[in-house]
Amino acid sequence: MPNDTGPNFQQNASRALDDQQLRKNFKFAMGNFILKRKQIFSDESETEQLRQIGNTIKQRALSQLPQLLERLEQNCSRNGIRVHWAETTAEANQQVLRIMNANEANRLVKGKSMVSEEMGLNEFLQERKIEVVETDLGEFIIQLNDEKPSHIIVPAIHKNKQQIADIFHQKLPDTPYTEDVEELNAIARRTLRQKFYRAQVGLSGVNFAVAETGTLCLVENEGNGRMSTTVPPIHIAVMGLEKVVERLADIPPMLRLLTGSATGQLITTYVNMITSPRKPGEKDGPKEVHLIILDNGRSAILSDPQLRQTLQCIRCGTCLNHCPVYTRIGGHAYGFVYPGPIGKILNPQIEGLKKAGELATASSLCEACAEVCPVKIPIPQLLRRLRNESYTSEHLATVKDGGCKKNLMETIAWKGWEIINTHPQINAIGNKIMSRLGARLPRIGPLKQWTRYRTAPKLAPKSLHQLVDEEGIRHE
Amino acid sequence: MPQESQKPEKVYYFGTCLMDSIYPEAGLAGLKLIQREGVQVIFPREQSCCGQPAYNSGFPKEAQKVALKQIRLFAENYPIVVPSGSCAGMMKHHYPLLFEGDKNLQRVQQFSERVVELSEFLVQSLDIQLADRGQPIKVTWHSSCHALREMHIIEYSKALIRQLQNVELVELQNEHECCGFGGTFAIKQPKISGTMVADKVSDIRQTGAERLLAGDCGCLMNISGAMDYQNVSIRTQHLAEFIWERTHAK
Ligand code: SF4
Repeated sequence: MPNDTGPNFQQNASRALDDQQLRKNFKFAMGNFILKRKQIFSDESETEQLRQIGNTIKQRALSQLPQLLERLEQNCSRNGIRVHWAETTAEANQQVLRIMNANEANRLVKGKSMVSEEMGLNEFLQERKIEVVETDLGEFIIQLNDEKPSHIIVPAIHKNKQQIADIFHQKLPDTPYTEDVEELNAIARRTLRQKFYRAQVGLSGVNFAVAETGTLCLVENEGNGRMSTTVPPIHIAVMGLEKVVERLADIPPMLRLLTGSATGQLITTYVNMITSPRKPGEKDGPKEVHLIILDNGRSAILSDPQLRQTLQCIRCGTCLNHCPVYTRIGGHAYGFVYPGPIGKILNPQIEGLKKAGELATASSLCEACAEVCPVKIPIPQLLRRLRNESYTSEHLATVKDGGCKKNLMETIAWKGWEIINTHPQINAIGNKIMSRLGARLPRIGPLKQWTRYRTAPKLAPKSLHQLVDEEGIRHE
Repeated sequence: MPQESQKPEKVYYFGTCLMDSIYPEAGLAGLKLIQREGVQVIFPREQSCCGQPAYNSGFPKEAQKVALKQIRLFAENYPIVVPSGSCAGMMKHHYPLLFEGDKNLQRVQQFSERVVELSEFLVQSLDIQLADRGQPIKVTWHSSCHALREMHIIEYSKALIRQLQNVELVELQNEHECCGFGGTFAIKQPKISGTMVADKVSDIRQTGAERLLAGDCGCLMNISGAMDYQNVSIRTQHLAEFIWERTHAK
């Protein structure tokens, strides 16, 4: 559980690495996602163009975010959607509660929403005796088992068929054990249908909100999103404030990027465009639609021209699928709502470097994420920036808890490195001493960590500088 | 066929810090390959490191100082050949970012434009033709992340291997996946990094190759260290050294 200094990432990661079943589940699932994405984005230059368009659309939106949010509010209000602003997750939770209370509602069904995870909404409502039911199949499974999502698109991806069969059998009354996927689906569908009928409020996330028209765009594959937003009399949508785009014409390329990156689909089975509550004469749709727009640290991120790129994210999850670290440790080990590469840049900025700064060290900067990100977020570059923020004195740092990792040892080590590498004579002497000492170097500090999995590097008896001299290569 | 004019008279050679202390023979081999094609090679004596270790670890100020030192040393308008995709990526693509808003930026950009990775230089600028003198051998190839995703030069490296008649190249199953080195990543997250390199080693073993080639000494140090630790007796070698060994007349 997160405490003052945050979750123990190394310990969590270590445990995950030892769990062979977990590793197998992830390796298999991620391999599939990578393949599917590759198939849908088979034309490299077309994909590159599309990603550039995605990047431009999001940057254009972020560069005028306050105005766009105002326009979104105006147009939503005109359409009959009520807009609420929440600076913190606590405020957002209160707003949901207020809407529920005003309607004497105590049963809520949910479509998948990462922002609601960020809010801790389920726990908040359940403590207040409100029934919360996740209706996305993956979310439904992990809710039954009292777990958190391990992936932002496929929350139960850490479970295989047998494990899911077990959960259904144990947690749902009168459910015989079956590994038949059709049968498992049918069980979930039966259970959820009842919940949809009885719920007074449906809650969903938002993939894109269009300022120009006041439209909420929501994609999904199971139809549970459509049910959650049309069957109950009240629909509450929650979104982070970065979800707004300027024009309706921005949606087609963004959808193509989102679904192609997320699941390798040309388009999802359901695309919901919600522009108003039920109008007179219409046969379905909720009577009330509310939109809660959450800040939770995002405005602060927006104020930094480099870090603001974090907010371009459309939560497609493909950086997770392609990450060699995520693929090995899974989502839970990160200890925060957002795992994987996006989590490594987002959590430290939202939660502060003290709590979440270590996540920024958990990357080899291999660039696999940046290569596939549909909106071209330079994740490795932002990781370097956050690493730097951890060591910068507080008055210079712009991220929460900046400078918190500053320590004498590392400061001296890097200063020493700088001196050696700017003074050739010292460098040459150092090299000689090191190569003489060679295998007798004590296995402490960095070398100790290195030699847990590898033998120590052997320094050559003669450096390249010496060889070059002996060969008479010109120095000019 | 590249035009004659593409072939420069003189080039700079940046030997990288890892080559200097751990893989000097590979460094020298790269240099000799260029010389053999009739190009004069200049090796500025005071060169050291591209600055990437500090840059990646969150110490850009220190990285800047070391970078500036190199930039001053490679002042003439010659191409700068770098036998490492990672260091080349640092000098070509990251220096301009590192000096954003700095008074030296223009100078830095002029430097960065001249940086070229060794494989690309051998193929594109020199149109090198290799005559294999070695025994038949089966090798596999590891792509370093920055050679692959920053410098985009892997095809040149492989083209060089394919020029060698007696060399059979078997590709890795997960060639595009990082070996887990990542500089201080290996120290800060030892178990994750250790697992990544162990996976890389099993991928290498599955190819049945006798030798692993790579174009980056960081990866080589990581992978060979892990193989050594596991008593796997597959030799690892920098591509430049491999080519030199097989093509020069003894
Ligand atoms: S950072 Fe990019 S790749 Fe990762 S979830 Fe966000 S949009 Fe997708």
